[in-house]
Formats: sequence, C-alpha cells, structure tokens
Amino acid sequence: MKQQIIISGIGGQGVLFLTRVIAQVAVNQGIPVLTSETHGMAQRGGTVLSTIKIGDFSSPLIRTAQADLGILLWEANLPVHRSLLKTNGQLLINTENSGEGTRLDAAKIARTLGNAVLLNLVLLGLAVNQKALFCTAEECEEAIKQLAPAKFVEQNLAAFQMGLSH
Amino acid sequence: MKNKIQLLMGNEAIGQGLIEAGCQIAAAYPGTPSTEILQAVIDRQEQAVEPIHIEWSVNEKIAFEVALAASYTGKRSVAVMKQVGLNVAADPFMRTAYIGIKGGMLTIVADDPGPHSSQNEQDTRLFCLQARVPVIDPASPAEAKEWIRPAFELSEKYETNIVLRPTTRICHSRQNVALEQPIKLERQANFEKNPTRWAATPAFLPALHRNLNANLEKIATEAAWQPRLIPGNGSQPRTALVASGIAYSNLVDLLEELDLNGTVDLYQVLMPYPLNPDFSAQLHKKYDHLLILEETYPVIELQLAHPGSSGKQNGAVPREGELTPDVIHSALANFLKLAPPNEKPATRRGQRPSLCPGCSHRTAFYSIKKCFPTGIFPSDIGCYTLGMNLGAVHTVHCMGACISQGAGFYQAYQQDDGDFPTIVVTIGDSTFFHAGIPALINAVIQQARMIIVILDNATAAMTGGQPVPHMGIAAGDKPTKAVAIEPLVKASGVDFMEVCNPYDNEKFESLLKNADDYIRSPDGGVAVLIARHGCIMDPAVRKSQESFFVTILDNCIGCEKCTSAFECPALSMDREKNVAVVDQDRCIGCGTCIPVCPVSAIIKQEKS
Repeated sequence: MKQQIIISGIGGQGVLFLTRVIAQVAVNQGIPVLTSETHGMAQRGGTVLSTIKIGDFSSPLIRTAQADLGILLWEANLPVHRSLLKTNGQLLINTENSGEGTRLDAAKIARTLGNAVLLNLVLLGLAVNQKALFCTAEECEEAIKQLAPAKFVEQNLAAFQMGLSH
Repeated sequence: MKNKIQLLMGNEAIGQGLIEAGCQIAAAYPGTPSTEILQAVIDRQEQAVEPIHIEWSVNEKIAFEVALAASYTGKRSVAVMKQVGLNVAADPFMRTAYIGIKGGMLTIVADDPGPHSSQNEQDTRLFCLQARVPVIDPASPAEAKEWIRPAFELSEKYETNIVLRPTTRICHSRQNVALEQPIKLERQANFEKNPTRWAATPAFLPALHRNLNANLEKIATEAAWQPRLIPGNGSQPRTALVASGIAYSNLVDLLEELDLNGTVDLYQVLMPYPLNPDFSAQLHKKYDHLLILEETYPVIELQLAHPGSSGKQNGAVPREGELTPDVIHSALANFLKLAPPNEKPATRRGQRPSLCPGCSHRTAFYSIKKCFPTGIFPSDIGCYTLGMNLGAVHTVHCMGACISQGAGFYQAYQQDDGDFPTIVVTIGDSTFFHAGIPALINAVIQQARMIIVILDNATAAMTGGQPVPHMGIAAGDKPTKAVAIEPLVKASGVDFMEVCNPYDNEKFESLLKNADDYIRSPDGGVAVLIARHGCIMDPAVRKSQESFFVTILDNCIGCEKCTSAFECPALSMDREKNVAVVDQDRCIGCGTCIPVCPVSAIIKQEKS
C-alpha cells in the first residue's frame, strides 16, 4: 500500500495538525510514513504545504504529478499546488465557490461548532467519506483522540463527524 | 520502551537521540529549522537516567562554549543552532578543531537549503571543511537519531567535536522512529587541568595542528562512516550516482518511481568531510561518469575532483536552491539520457506571510512609517522582518546588525553637511540580548544620533516562543533571575529611554517625535523606545486583552489603507463593492486598525 498526499493551506489553519493525524493513523497501523511540513516564517499566514507519503518511501517530498490526493484548506493555493497532483488524483477543497474537485464549505460547517479552524477535521471526515484515504473513520478518530488536547477532543471529533456524514 | 515506535519530527528524533545517548549538557539558541531539537530535549528530559542541564543560551557562541567546557569534564554535551548560528559561534568552533574535547561533543547545525527561513543557504559541510571538523549528513529523521550515539563514540575516540548536519527537510519531516532506553554513563565531572592544551598558546599549536591532521586521516577511514553502495546490475557501465543527505532519499524514491532501482551504482555519503581518499581513488578508477547530488555547495564534488563529474561545478545540477525531487529528476534524466520530465513544476509562490492579526509590531511599524515617511529603517531577524510589508523595514542582515547599520547610516550621512534623515532601528527583545547590546554601546560611544525601537513582545516569537532573559523563565518554564532591558539600555549610556505599548498609537507617535527632537538636540545621541506588548500568539496575551466585534461601515471609501499600508491579514478588499471587509475567522478584535481609517469607517462594538 502506497499513498502520496498533499495538504495545502495558510499558516494558522491547522495544516500541521491534520498532517499529524493522518501520519499517526499510519503509525498506529504499523505502516511506514514520512511527512514534510512548513515551519518558521511562512507559518505567519503565508502559504504552507505538507506532504505525506504512506508506505515504503525514503523521502517525504512529493514530485510534480505524483500525489494521489490533495486536501486544500485554502482555495487560492490551487494554482500553486495543483501541479503536484496526479492527473487522476483526488482533490478536496474547502471553499464556497464552485469548480473542480470535491468542494465543501468546511469553514462554514466548522463555524457552527464555534471555530473556523476546525475545518481541517471537517475535510478529513470528507476525505474518509469520499474513500480518498488509506484508512477508516474509526482509525482517524483514534488518532484524533491521541493527538488533540483533552479539552478539544469532543469538538475535534464532532468536526470530523460533520465532514464524514456530509 | 525498547522498540516502541513513535511518529517523530526529525528535530524530535534528534532530541530523543541525545537523551538516549546520555547527553548531559544541551545548549541552544533558537533558529529555524533547528529550534525543536532543544524543545524535544526539554519535553523528554524525564526519560534521562542521569541529570541533564538544558539551556536556551543568549546566543550560539555562548551555547557552544557552555557545551564545550562541559565536555572538558568528560560528560557528553551538545550545542544546537541553525546554519547562520554557526557564524556567530565560529570563533570557539574553529579553535575547538585544534584543541579538541574530552566527553563526546556534538554540534548540531541545521542547514536551510532553499532557503525557507534564513538569510542565506550556506552549507555547514563546507564550513566544516574549512574548520577541519568532521561532519555527518543524515538522509532521514530516523537516520539522524540512529547516528547520534555512534557520533558521540567517534567524538570520544578522537577527542574531537563532530558536527551533525540535518537540513530543513530532515528537521521538519516526521517519520515512524524506534525509541531506545537511554544509556547510563555514570560520569562525574572531572576536568583534568592541562593548560598547554586547554589554554594553548601559539607555541603549542603546531603540535595540536599536526594531531588534528593525523586524526582527520584516521577518521576518514572509520569503517562505520564509509560511503554505502547499492550496486547496479551493470546496465549502466562505468557510471555511478553519489548523493548525501535528503538529496539521497529523494534520489532513492525517484529511481524507484522511474523503475531504475538497482540499475546503476548508487553511493550514499554519510560523512561528507573528511572523505576517505581510498573512496575517491576507487571512484576515479571504476567510473567514467558520476552524478553528484548534495545540498547546498559542492563539498563532496570538490573533494572528489573527478574528471567525469556532473554536478554543481559543470552546471548539471543547479547551484542554488533545494535539490527537490523535481530538480533531481531533471538532472538525472539529463545524466542518464532519459526522457525529460513531462510535467513542469509550479512556479507560483502562493500567499506571502504577514504579521499576525493583532500583532503589536504592526501598530509600531505603522506609527514609525507615519511619523517619518522619509526615514531610514534598518531592522533585524525575527517576525518583525515582516515589517517590510508595511514599508517600515529597509535593511535586514543578521542578528543584531540593525543597530550597527543604523549607526553606519548616521555616520555616512552626517559627514556630508551635518544633516541626516531620521533613522529608526527596530530590533526584537531576543535579538537585542543576542547581539544588540555591544552594538548599542558602540553606537553610544561613537555618538550616533538615531532612534532604536526595541520591539519587546516578551518572547522569541518567530521560532515559537522560547523564553527571553528579561522574563525570568529558563528552558522548560523553570523560574530564574530576570535581566531587565531598561537598566541594560541605561548602563549602555543611553540618556533618552521611554517605554510604551504601541497599541496606544497616539502616545507612541508622540514619543517617536520627542525622540526625534532629542536626537537632533545639541546634546542628543541614541534614543531608545521600548515598544512593549506581549506576543499575540501567546494565548495568555490574547485572553488578557479585550476583544471587540470589529466591522466596517458603509462609508468606507475603498482607500485600501487598512489592507495595504496597515496590512492586517484579517482585512481584505471586496473588489466588486470596492470596500474593505473584515474576515471574522481571522480578526482577533484588537481594534488597532481603527485609527488607520481616514473616514472612521472601522468601528468596534462590545462582543455580545
């Protein structure tokens, strides 16, 4: 089993947390995983990209047109990161606009839970719903419980469920 | 614990490795991409079976010297920094090559090819070649951790400092990593006095230099650190690929994807300096063509000096930037005469970073620019570099340079006709402690006339909020003595000093004008304003200040002052209606944008 995933957004949107949750699912299943993340200056509201490679890989970086799945938290990044996706790769986008890929106003859904930043887990739920990921809903929930701070676990799981049942 | 697998960031893996290897003194100054290494040591110190001293030092030179002397006592120590931090630590680092160490000492220097978060993309491996210090170049987070214990052993065997050089893509990658039990070394501090070594005068240095050279020859042939070969099947005769660090990992995945695995001889260089001369001789004999992939400078390539090399020197591999999988694909396709890549990588860069909504640096910069539209604004390394977006930062060089640059600007201007523009220097609190104080003393005694604004947000913000000396907190939130900024400024000979919260724009602007009057007065000199407001990334700071519901009324004239001159990321233009709008998901309700609006269209209301 091999899967290459990109997660694209801007600093502060929860790209890193979503990256960690997906990678943790792989670790829990005993599958090798590599991620690469953006830290430092770019995190101050600039475009950030995480890559996740599930399975037997050596490097965390993804070459142009090799990603199986793209999860975009910030629609304006589409022209920047679209080229990393395979021509038949799946694309999930948080947006209120129409266009290519599977689109969902995840921020709006997250706001009903009180915080737009939860859109990251709404999109994770959507990815599982779309059968775009290597793992099941239960496996994602287990990883969320492991990684979310205790007082936010319920809210995080609720966001995930809202994406899942969408 | 044994064989437990955890998902670890490269920096966490390195921190874990240091604890497992019995490191007892760890000192660092934060800097991307290295910062999380010491944080991981702090977070994991409970695992250590022997005492461990962990410190955020005031700068990298100090971190290195603390670790160095600890090593003299026989204990294992580490100094951690980013690549440009090694420039700051260069002085003790260079001499250590000659003098050596006792207990194992590692210097972990994280390079930033790209660069992603640095003022250059210098290669620590080349620095090590010039310093004559062995350097190892891991290709993954797991490898970085695995190498720490043998690196300490190598360090102790030859009594030499060893550099571990991860790069951004190692530091900020995550991988499933196996944990081990920390070892117990049971070493008591025992400094064996030997002034001819530890205080070696020039008379003793030729012998120490000879010893260094002899050691380097032996280290180059250490079995555990020899290049590793994955042989090809002979279909590419007299051709080999040579790579190190993350470039090696990128190459391995690429060969797999192109179905070329095992078709061409592939070497991973573990220790780029010193290279074994036998390895070099073997490559000269066995191969007519080599492709050499390394970040960022041609360190292996220069040492090999192979006539059939394709690399940075003949332009087959780009001389600048990261060796991403796409870059390597193009270079490999050319080298092996494969079809060139079909797909072009994207060239668009995406959204630029900006100061956070509610950041007090933004209000300070806005006021500075407003008061002195034609001023010269030297700034420094930190979040506040982003003051560029507001047109309030004209130079950024290296830690602490802004104060000396401000003084240099003054001297150059004033000698023409005595007139000079208002020079407003901005420097963060952590940067001020790091390298600003000697520069301040110098500016005062050279009688420079300028305004220094110390942007004091009570933390090293850019790197994620490490403690700073004036807060009375040390690594791991331990209480310590606080060293305040004000008495340091006063003791440096500054006669004009004021403290102000830059959220109070009227007061801050009036102080800026007073400061300008002062520097231009007969007895004027350096004026210091301390702009003090906690970092908005700190949840306690956000909680402690009132948050309003900020909206924009219909009388907005679309002048874009709030979105461009003030540049708050929570404000943007609705292009259809030509009015500014507030993104309520990002607005923190500070209301600092209100005075910016020329028609008072931005209003704040109590949150219901």
